[in-house]
Amino acid sequence: MKSLKDRLRLSTFAVLAAASLATFALSAADAAAEERKSIKIGYAVSKTGANAGGAAMTTIPNYKLWLADVAANGGLELPDGTKLPVEVVEYDDRSSAEEVVRAVERLAGQDKVDFILPPWGTGFNLAVAPLFDRYGYPQLAVSSVTDKAPDFVKRWPKSYWFLGGGRDYAGALAKMAAAQTEAGVINSKVAMISVADGFGIDLVNAARPAMKEAGLEVVMDRTYPVGTQDFTTLLKEAASSGADTFVAFSYPPDTFALTQQSQVQAFNPKVLYLGVGAGFPTYGRNLGPKADGIMTLGGIDIKNERNMAYRERHKALNGEYPDLWGSVITYASLQMLADSIKRVGLDREAVAKELSTGTFDTVLGETKLEDNQLRQLWLLGQWQDGNLVGVEPADRPGASKPVLPKKAWQ
Amino acid sequence: MTLMTALIAGLVLGGTYALAAMGLTLQYGIARIMNLAYGDMIITAAFAAFVLQGAAGINPILGLLIAVPGGFLLGYAVYTVILAPLVARAPNRGVLEVDSILTTFGLLFVVQGILLVLFGSNYTSYTFLNEPVNVLGATIAANRLIALILALGLGITLYLLLTRTRWGTALRAVAVSPQSAQLVGIDINRAAAFAFALGGGLAASAGVVISMYQTFTATGGVVFTMKALIVVIMGGVGNLVGALAAGLILGLVETLVSTYADPGLTLAATYAIFLAVLLWRPQGLFGRAVR
Repeated sequence: MKSLKDRLRLSTFAVLAAASLATFALSAADAAAEERKSIKIGYAVSKTGANAGGAAMTTIPNYKLWLADVAANGGLELPDGTKLPVEVVEYDDRSSAEEVVRAVERLAGQDKVDFILPPWGTGFNLAVAPLFDRYGYPQLAVSSVTDKAPDFVKRWPKSYWFLGGGRDYAGALAKMAAAQTEAGVINSKVAMISVADGFGIDLVNAARPAMKEAGLEVVMDRTYPVGTQDFTTLLKEAASSGADTFVAFSYPPDTFALTQQSQVQAFNPKVLYLGVGAGFPTYGRNLGPKADGIMTLGGIDIKNERNMAYRERHKALNGEYPDLWGSVITYASLQMLADSIKRVGLDREAVAKELSTGTFDTVLGETKLEDNQLRQLWLLGQWQDGNLVGVEPADRPGASKPVLPKKAWQ
Repeated sequence: MTLMTALIAGLVLGGTYALAAMGLTLQYGIARIMNLAYGDMIITAAFAAFVLQGAAGINPILGLLIAVPGGFLLGYAVYTVILAPLVARAPNRGVLEVDSILTTFGLLFVVQGILLVLFGSNYTSYTFLNEPVNVLGATIAANRLIALILALGLGITLYLLLTRTRWGTALRAVAVSPQSAQLVGIDINRAAAFAFALGGGLAASAGVVISMYQTFTATGGVVFTMKALIVVIMGGVGNLVGALAAGLILGLVETLVSTYADPGLTLAATYAIFLAVLLWRPQGLFGRAVR
């Protein structure tokens, strides 16, 4: 009997012990939820494949720089003043739209990160926008050029668009060309070529009506397939078209090829406007003084000291200066995210609201979104003395005057 | 633009295609390896030229003297280390083809990965000999002219070696019938390794020349593989002169279409000819009927 009693007591003790262990484990879990050790930030970006060149220029180095800056600062600051280190989850989307969707799905569903940074490229940002929306993540779509941003903001209220649309850039170009025509510097004829792909199609579709509205005459309008590397025939045609303005809505390899081949052909339009790639730091460095006068999208205000300081830090960390269009905006968007977290904490709903309505102090200066879009942009830049300076909008503080006609190649 | 200018521009463009394709045709035709990493070998050479030019100040023409033997040795090493065991165990040509495609597909990512680690995924380019040269009234860039001259020079030299020397005859025998070649005392493994290495050397020469005027990225090799493959199949697998001719034809057609029709149609024209050749001469322009 005794032994049975003992046994009973023993088992009671065991149950009690197990129960207390369980409560202890539960309270430990509670404590972990209250006292989190880190903030998880994830992103999927094209590290390999066709988009890797663009992502390696505008997106990845700025993510790295921002994460390094946050780490140096002791982590991301929360409203109560505590700082938490950032834990990064990174995926390579291999330049495949299916892959980027899968990776974002994984970041949200499986890794359960606190915030997701956007992928590189207009198409990829559109591909993941419904997912960001469904999981309730704010999407800082920086490297996306789209005229439909106002519609997208209605459809996905937590999406933010930072780089303007084709109509903005084409409109600024047409405005500048019309003003120069009026001043008698150039004639009103324009020769345009464009790559038959997303960026080229968007821009040329916006440019056609914009040129017409500005009273300019498009005398040549040709498209070429992606991957074209020989522009002899197109440049010859442009040269014989009588246009003083030559516009190429091109991708980086095409931009470099056009630059080299127009030198060989001694093709000297009075306005030479080239697409993506003409704002890369290597572009200006490789060309040296020959770059002077070339126009493209973007530009910076070289009198903005914070931007210039950012450029030096970017070079110190990544070994190369940032490009002169989207890079600084990518970095500024991340500063906005950090500031929002500092003001309202990790609640994604509150962060999204803060991003929409708040005013931020970034490397761009005072930054505020209008209808979830960044509208303080350099839409047209020109290489002048080794810098790509912003010339349009001409009434924006810090704008430089365009220097035209462009000098002939030496 | 006059017809003459268009023709010369087309030949110069075609020279690049031909140069890029000749190595692949040797590798596929003689060594029987469908090398999907071929374009990445071209890119590797392009980066080598970039480094030699930038860091060591060696101009790309002299760089060829380093890159081409380098490509040859690399090709030889790849064949003997990775591919020879596959050849040894393959019971027939079909199996070897599948195995070599899978292996070189893997090799593609290895090469690409190494290049990504070393150079990142940025666009890379440098300027060399971007000077106008006047050829029969057409202005073309000197660096592109070099590609044409090199393609013609290498193509004709190798053709003469293959057809006029004992060594070349042995290589051709291996291409035509590896089994029978053994019967007359040809070491087919040595011949295949040599042909594959020669293809590596040609890929390196193409890479160096292309780097003089074209922007490249660590991940851009597949574009060259595709273009080279089209040229090889059009010209007839294993046929050097075929590759040379097909490359030049492709360049001419692209330029003529872009001049007289629309630049947007160049790609369509390329694939239209490719399709036409496949339909009417599946063995390629210069290939012999399949035995």
